Amino acid sequence: MKPSFKRLWGVPVALGIFTAAGLLSALLGDGIWDDLSALALAIPVAVAAWHIFGKSG
Amino acid sequence: MKAHRLRQWAWIHKWSSLICTVFMLLLCLTGLPLIFHHQIERLLGQNIEAPELPAGAPRISLDRVMQIAKSQFPDRNGMFVSQEADDDRVWYVTMSRTPSSEDELKQVAVDARTGQVLGQPRLDEGFLHVMYKLHVDLFAGLPGTLFLGCMGLLLALAIVSGVILYAPFMQKLEFGTVRRDNSPRVKWLDLHNLLGIATLTWALVVTLTGIVNTLADPIIALWQRDQVSEMVAPYKGLPPPARLGSLQQAVDAAHALEPEMAVKFVAFPGTSFATPHHYGVFMRGNTPATTRLLKPVLVDAQTARVTDSRSPPWYVTALLVSQPLHFGDYGGTAMQILWALLDLATIVVLGSGLYLWFKRKRRAAERRAPAPLGKGG
Repeated sequence: MKPSFKRLWGVPVALGIFTAAGLLSALLGDGIWDDLSALALAIPVAVAAWHIFGKSG
Repeated sequence: MKAHRLRQWAWIHKWSSLICTVFMLLLCLTGLPLIFHHQIERLLGQNIEAPELPAGAPRISLDRVMQIAKSQFPDRNGMFVSQEADDDRVWYVTMSRTPSSEDELKQVAVDARTGQVLGQPRLDEGFLHVMYKLHVDLFAGLPGTLFLGCMGLLLALAIVSGVILYAPFMQKLEFGTVRRDNSPRVKWLDLHNLLGIATLTWALVVTLTGIVNTLADPIIALWQRDQVSEMVAPYKGLPPPARLGSLQQAVDAAHALEPEMAVKFVAFPGTSFATPHHYGVFMRGNTPATTRLLKPVLVDAQTARVTDSRSPPWYVTALLVSQPLHFGDYGGTAMQILWALLDLATIVVLGSGLYLWFKRKRRAAERRAPAPLGKGG
């Protein structure tokens, strides 16, 4: 993988994978799977919030 | 990417989003309370609560449930009987004047153990109903729904073209850069890109499943034509039964066929989920992975014998799986809150997109007419 591709798409692809895993996890199980789902779905929200509110305060 | 290709994608992104943005903002805003409809109903005191009884309390027959419901609305007949997936203590009986009525429906909630009437949920009034109608069909029936489906297609196109445009815009920037010290236009462009790419997968899933949901009526009609008509071929030309047989016996017959499954709802003969000769008993799975999947059992409404039962075709399964992925109602409260946050982020993406278009248009106009008199804008 070219470094420029990784720099551009690395985070977006990772967020996409977390979101997809979160959407599926709660669909296929209950209990712990619901918790894992919430955790995974919270990652893109948290990353966006950190870049908007977190860095410069 | 070549410059002219880029311009093409920019053109697609601009027009696909411009056309759908107003409707998508409406869907995001009306969808927000719908995510929390259970909590809101509880807040408004419209929820149905069954009293606590010792587990394993005996249940009354469904025929008795129907008698009780009918005593509430003597001029109406049964249309559907249903249960919520997480509460088998309540039967919801939907009643209408004719089996194919679409309005003036009434509902009675009956305690499955005591037969106590727990309430009459109002189906066609109130805040949530207005939100629901605006979200689903703009008060315009099937044409409204299909129109929103087309707007959803445009949004899907806007999302895909937006991802393609993300690359050239972010070529020289670190992920998540927000250039605050620059002009507001640059700041909002960065926010648009950041929130758009962070919510991409969720937004795409909710958009595509929303589109599938707009096709619910045609999908059900196709299923009727394809599979159901085949299943009831032996009844062709026979007059519908003058008197319906026992509902409880019909449900028992379905249970005997699928002992591992639970009843989700029963459609009365003549409704769109049954045939004129049958109860349509819709069974659902009992595990998290199968609870959304339905298996219809057609039970002869007079003899209470199973006529046929087949797994639905792939397009019905696709519809059933699309529903939770659109509603976000399958992972508890934490998921509902995240759904709301992602929905709010989408509102910001839509709003900032509109703002950027507006700013750009104004800048272009100013460039065309660099009027020293200051009449531009």
